Amino acid sequence: MLTTWLPFEWIVALRFLREGRLQTVFIVVGVALGVAVIVFMSALMAGLQINFIRRVLSAQGHIELLAPPAETRPLRMGIHARPGELEGAIIQAPQQRLKSLDQWQAAVSQVRAMPEVVVVSPMASGSALVVRGSASQAINVTGMEPALHYRIVDLPGKIVQGRSDLSGSEILIGTKLGTDLSVMVGDKLRLTTVESGARGSDITLTIAGIFDLGNKSANERSTFVALRTAQSLLGLPGGVTSVAVTVRDVYSAEAVAQRITAATGVVADSWIRTNAEFFTAIAAQNTSNSAIRFFVGLSVAFGIASVLAVVVVQKSREIGILRAMGISQGQVMRVFLLQGGLLALAGSIAGSALGAGVLALWQRNARTADGTPLFSLVLEPSLFASALGVATVTGLLAALAPARRAARLDPVVAIRG
Amino acid sequence: MAEAAAQPVVVGLQAVRKAYNAGTAIETEVLHGIDLTVRRGEFCAVVGPSGSGKSTLLNIIGLLDRPTSGLVRVCDEETTLLGDRALTRLRGHNIGFVFQYHHLITAFTALENVMMPMLGAEEFPNQAMRTRAEVLIASVGLAAQMNQGAGNLSGGQQQRVAVARALAMEPALLLADEPTGNLDTRSADEVFSLLRRFNAEHGTTVLFVTHNVTMAQRCDRTIEVIDGQVTA
Repeated sequence: MLTTWLPFEWIVALRFLREGRLQTVFIVVGVALGVAVIVFMSALMAGLQINFIRRVLSAQGHIELLAPPAETRPLRMGIHARPGELEGAIIQAPQQRLKSLDQWQAAVSQVRAMPEVVVVSPMASGSALVVRGSASQAINVTGMEPALHYRIVDLPGKIVQGRSDLSGSEILIGTKLGTDLSVMVGDKLRLTTVESGARGSDITLTIAGIFDLGNKSANERSTFVALRTAQSLLGLPGGVTSVAVTVRDVYSAEAVAQRITAATGVVADSWIRTNAEFFTAIAAQNTSNSAIRFFVGLSVAFGIASVLAVVVVQKSREIGILRAMGISQGQVMRVFLLQGGLLALAGSIAGSALGAGVLALWQRNARTADGTPLFSLVLEPSLFASALGVATVTGLLAALAPARRAARLDPVVAIRG
Repeated sequence: MAEAAAQPVVVGLQAVRKAYNAGTAIETEVLHGIDLTVRRGEFCAVVGPSGSGKSTLLNIIGLLDRPTSGLVRVCDEETTLLGDRALTRLRGHNIGFVFQYHHLITAFTALENVMMPMLGAEEFPNQAMRTRAEVLIASVGLAAQMNQGAGNLSGGQQQRVAVARALAMEPALLLADEPTGNLDTRSADEVFSLLRRFNAEHGTTVLFVTHNVTMAQRCDRTIEVIDGQVTA
């Protein structure tokens, strides 16, 4: 029953939609399918990206502070040479020599004080040879402070045998290395290094735990020891080769890295710069995703516009009589705009539900060989809110042309039919 | 006659011309300088052959169409210079229409069709609107059918609902463009009697376009339109 609390335009729009049930259902289903595709694609793409970023960042900090690379240079630069003075021999950069980060404690203090920074973990990394009986294998040794480093890399979560706690005489190794050397937790390994052919270190460590990083090469080559142990082994007393930093917003890493370099003078590489190709791929993916969304939205808009154009023709006599009864052009226009908006809103609600359903189905069925989900999808309320908002605005815009046509109908012509 | 002449003028036309495609080579003038005065309470038959300009004249009086030249005064308002918004308001509050085809909105019930012109009008809050619509629909003899869909009524019933709808805003002027043209004799007579009754009870001015000579003779006055001119 008609009531005055609901504006006239709403009453007529709702009745027109109800009267043309089949048309209404078809266009709502059309909008719903379009919105479902957009919701599904957006969640899938966002999930893919977040999953990829998570994988990339699960093994490294967002920013790495490094010692400046050694350069090949002449002993005396030409511009500084006095007249008649000859340049000296070229100095080659050392091939293997590890270099400690200069004044790293001061740099770490400065970086820790930055509000965007979450964790700062100094590390000493280098190559070594692990010897077990007659077998030996080249490995990469990372020395770190477990309390800090485990906040960046979830090594405890990847331990398959033993524990992740480390004392100065213990080591964590990968599953592949353990198999190759036929060792288990509690066994001892001898690590040796030869630094610049002059200084060599030799240390025996007990295996505290064995981890699985999900990568054969990493499980073969990566080992973790306490920072002091690595400093001693690698001939870096009190030194570190790098500092891993995490920040609150992973996408701000490059900006923070630049600020760190400006403030400390230390070379700071963000994960964004070191994974530039990944970001190029993401940009390409986002562009194609936007293009698909645009064209789906466009087809939805044309669907609504075409249905409403037909409704205007069908209802022209009614529009004429409404105008004769004193209904203004603006009111007639709003009747059709509302129909467009309501069709799109109903379609987008149904489409969001459909999209969420398909996503749930996909998540349940898309699994890796070991049965774990391929990756987790991102189902944020903001995605649905924006789908609803954009679809409704699209519906209103799509209805604009038919609404204007309806409003401009000459009542005399419309009534005459 | 003297009593009618004392009534205020509801419709006043002066030298009204209407041409289609004005200013072009195919300009067709359908009304040629019409002067017409209709006073409050008059029940006028508008007669004339098909194509003589009766409907065009009614559309101009009803503010649905604009004259090419001349003055149109309706319910004490000179309308020539009014914009669409003002014309719409004037039409909504002062003029009721009944057409040959009922033009009910089939998405609504009979009662709702009668309520439609009152929606949003300040003088009709919810209950008053409903009560008035019920009274009107009962007065056209359709109390039992008021909640039926407009599309489910017979032709005569639909036209009676159209009459009730036209009277919803208590208009000073009712324009009926061949409202009985599509009806059988009995239904046509019912609709005519209804209009006559409202004219008598409320003083509503009625312009009634008809080809039916008998009905025209039952009106107070006959306005004859021939070749775009009022001859009587």
